[in-house]
Amino acid sequence: MIGLRLYLAQRLSAFLMAPLVIGHIATMIYAVQNGLTASEILDRTQGSLWWGAFYGLFVGAVSVHAAIGLRAIAFETLNLPVRWLNPLTWTVGMVLALLGGRAVAAVVF
Amino acid sequence: MKVWRGNAHGGGYRSYSVPARESQTVLDVVTWIQQHAEPTLTYRFACRVGMCGSCAMMVNGEPRWTCRTHVRKVLDGQRLEIAPLRNLPVIKDLATDMAEFFDKWTGAEGVFHPTATRKDAIAPISPADPMRQLANEAVECINCAVCYSACDTVTANPSYLGPAALNRAWTLQNDERDGAYAQRLRAVSADGGCFNCHSHQSCLTYCPNDLNPTASIAGLKRLSSTSFLRRGRTR
Repeated sequence: MIGLRLYLAQRLSAFLMAPLVIGHIATMIYAVQNGLTASEILDRTQGSLWWGAFYGLFVGAVSVHAAIGLRAIAFETLNLPVRWLNPLTWTVGMVLALLGGRAVAAVVF
Repeated sequence: MKVWRGNAHGGGYRSYSVPARESQTVLDVVTWIQQHAEPTLTYRFACRVGMCGSCAMMVNGEPRWTCRTHVRKVLDGQRLEIAPLRNLPVIKDLATDMAEFFDKWTGAEGVFHPTATRKDAIAPISPADPMRQLANEAVECINCAVCYSACDTVTANPSYLGPAALNRAWTLQNDERDGAYAQRLRAVSADGGCFNCHSHQSCLTYCPNDLNPTASIAGLKRLSSTSFLRRGRTR
C-alpha cells in the first residue's frame, strides 16, 4: 500500500543514502587501514559539525527508507491489516531515528 | 494430461488421455476433452486466433494464451497440466471471474474521456508524434489477463490495480484526444496504484503480445512524480 508521497519519500531517501553509504564504507576502510583506536576516532568526531551532519542525515534517510520498505513487506508478505500499516511505519521510523540519533550524539557530543 | 476441475469452493486435477496431433494447441486439447471425454468441462474461448484474449489459462504453472500455444513447445517431459488463471476467482473448472480484472481497468481510469463530439473533425495525430509512439508501444493489449495472472504483486496485494489496467491508463495518458489526464493521474497514484509495482517484470515475460507493462507503469510513476513536484502542473 504505497501511494505517491511514500514512494517519493523512499526514492528521495535512497537518493540521499547512495553517496552516504559510499562515504561511510570509505571512512570505515580508512579507519581500519590506518589502525585508528576508538579514542582517536572520537577525537576526530567529537565537536565536528561535519560528522554530525553526515551521520545525522544518514540516520534520517535510513529511518524513512527502511520504515517504508518494511511497511510493504509487512503488508504483502506478512499480511498485516491495512489499519496497522501507518502505526507500523511511524514506529519503525521513530525507533530507527531514536537509536541512530543516540549513536550519532554519542560520537559527536 | 491433467486438467483442474472444480469451483470456487475447491477442486483438483483429473487425468485424461488425449491423442497427440501435429500442430496441436493447448486450446485444441481442452476442446478435445470437452467434446470426447468430459462434456461438462467449462472453459472460455472465442476467436481461436489470438485476438480476443478470452482463452488464457495456466499451462504447466505458467499463464498463457492457449489458442496460440503449441503443446509441443510447453510440454514438460510428458507433463501437461492445465488450470484456471492465477490471481482470479474460479467460477468453474478453467473459467475465472474476470469482474475484478475489469473493475480495476475502470479503477485506473482506463476509459477514454472524449474532448470532442461526433460533429467535430477527427483530430489529426501524426504517427511520428512522440506521445503517439509511446501509446503505440503499449496499445496492442487484448485484455487476456495473462500479465495480471503472472504478477506476484497482485498475489500479495489484492488492491493493486495490476499491469493490464495501468498499461491501459498509460496509453490514454499519451492520447492527445483524451480529456481526463489529471483525473487518471490521481487514480493511478492512489494507494493500490502504480507505486506498488516492484518491477519484477513478470508481465513483460509472459505478455503474449510482447508488450512491456513494466515500462508503462514506470512511465506512470514518472508522470505522477513530476506532476506532484511541479505542484499539479501536468503537461
